Amino acid sequence: MSHKVVVPIGPYHPLQEEPEFFRLYVEGEKVVDIDIIIGYNHRGIEKLSEAKHFDQVAFLVERICGICSSSHPYAYVLAVEDILGGEAKVVPERALYIRTIIDEMQRIHSHLLWLGLAGHFIGYNTVWMWAWKYREPVLDMFEMITGNRNNYAMFKVGGIRRDIKEEDMPVLRKALDELVPAIDMFYGAVMDDPVIQARLKGVGVLTRQQAIDWCVLGPTARASGLNIDIRKDEPYGACDRLDWKLIVEKDGDIFAKTKVRILELYECVRMIRQCLDKMPKGSIDADIQDVPAGEGIGRVEAPRGECLHYVKTDGTNRPIRHKIRAPSFMNVASDKVSAVGGTISDATITLAAVDPCYCCTERVVVLDRKDSHKVMNGWDLIKLSQEKTDKIKEGLKNAAAK
Amino acid sequence: METKDRIREGLGKKIADWEEKNPRRIYFTLDKEDIFGAVEFLFRQMGLRFAIASGMQTPEGFEILYHFCDDSSGIIYSARVLIQDGKNPAVKSITPIFPGAEWIEREMWEMLGINFIGHPNLKRLLLSDDWPQGQYPLRQNHEP
Repeated sequence: MSHKVVVPIGPYHPLQEEPEFFRLYVEGEKVVDIDIIIGYNHRGIEKLSEAKHFDQVAFLVERICGICSSSHPYAYVLAVEDILGGEAKVVPERALYIRTIIDEMQRIHSHLLWLGLAGHFIGYNTVWMWAWKYREPVLDMFEMITGNRNNYAMFKVGGIRRDIKEEDMPVLRKALDELVPAIDMFYGAVMDDPVIQARLKGVGVLTRQQAIDWCVLGPTARASGLNIDIRKDEPYGACDRLDWKLIVEKDGDIFAKTKVRILELYECVRMIRQCLDKMPKGSIDADIQDVPAGEGIGRVEAPRGECLHYVKTDGTNRPIRHKIRAPSFMNVASDKVSAVGGTISDATITLAAVDPCYCCTERVVVLDRKDSHKVMNGWDLIKLSQEKTDKIKEGLKNAAAK
Repeated sequence: METKDRIREGLGKKIADWEEKNPRRIYFTLDKEDIFGAVEFLFRQMGLRFAIASGMQTPEGFEILYHFCDDSSGIIYSARVLIQDGKNPAVKSITPIFPGAEWIEREMWEMLGINFIGHPNLKRLLLSDDWPQGQYPLRQNHEP
């Protein structure tokens, strides 16, 4: 390991919410090692949770992440309901469907957010703008159902807090109908574009065995040929009553990860439509009063993978231990194998490919082992990545001209 | 044979206390000395996915739960290890078996002060560098 002076760029940046610090060691163009330093945003939520009663904890854990903000409260209420006998036994039918609607809508907005950022990193700023444009109506749907664009405060032990109004249903259906052509467009743009293929295929590969060893989750695992998805493996909400497909790809590269996410968007739309059709009338809350002593595990498939909460109780109104494991905890660590060995111009998109909420590559430092003075920041890296795409475009154009 | 039975057969007498809280949540206790071999068996031979480990302080000392998922059936097998030492708890690291355990062992080390023997890179993960030595925020007696 080289021991050269590091010029600290980051880990904080006033524009982004999530400080992470990647230190790349390079030899020429090649990335030879990577240090991942996290913890800048550690807020002690597990400890805080021990001081709150069961109703409050759902609001607390919702603040863990601003993007998959319903996954954490959902996993937490599932953990408490696991102590009470299981979600299916405790929660009323209608609430199960509404839970799944919120969960899937969140996946749509999260995947679109990622698609936009990924487009930006490889120099497709149009994709960025369009993806975020089509994310807006999804947030409007959230506002209509929950009253909030983010941090929905929908989940509580035994049910949900707000019902979906009958008069909102047609508006939601219409918004979904309008979303499908947009997904078609993104699918076509990615699958048919030779530049994107040249740019993403074979880049940042995580093999199947590496995916197992690093215990990665969600689309990152499914792009490496592992068919793990909590919605199929341990169905929650209304997932097992709906007709939908599990998307698995084999290549493990960034192209496969992109494809998995885009195809999942279609499945999300299908699931929400079925929920709206099948949702029974009735109560939305079981009105749980007491939580007995015990321990329970709840898990949901967040947009980035399995989100797992472990809750231990002693019969009082507070948990005595609350362990939270977000999917990025496992996925980000795997950058150690997927980014090393690649070129520096691919590093940005590789680190972003696991979807670590916001890709925090604005906080990257690059050191050249031979010439320690050459230091780049995150923006230089994004530029480098975009230039590579331009070069591929040029090359294809020239080849066509000949 | 079902995964459940294969685990019971493979670990045999090492399992002290087998409890099925519900069909999808199985907890069992292992001796501290057996954990390395047991994890190797569960992860490599049984092909279970390591979800996470969760540590906590108990009146007797410390307890670590290693959560393993069988994704074909949706069952979580949680292996419980009790460490009867409130002052200098230590257990063998499982990171040499697979790298996915590195971060969580570092986290338990800094948050609870459990030493993981044989961990290749035992340094702070989440706490800042100027956090005082010997202060473990997730211990019950920790006063912020």
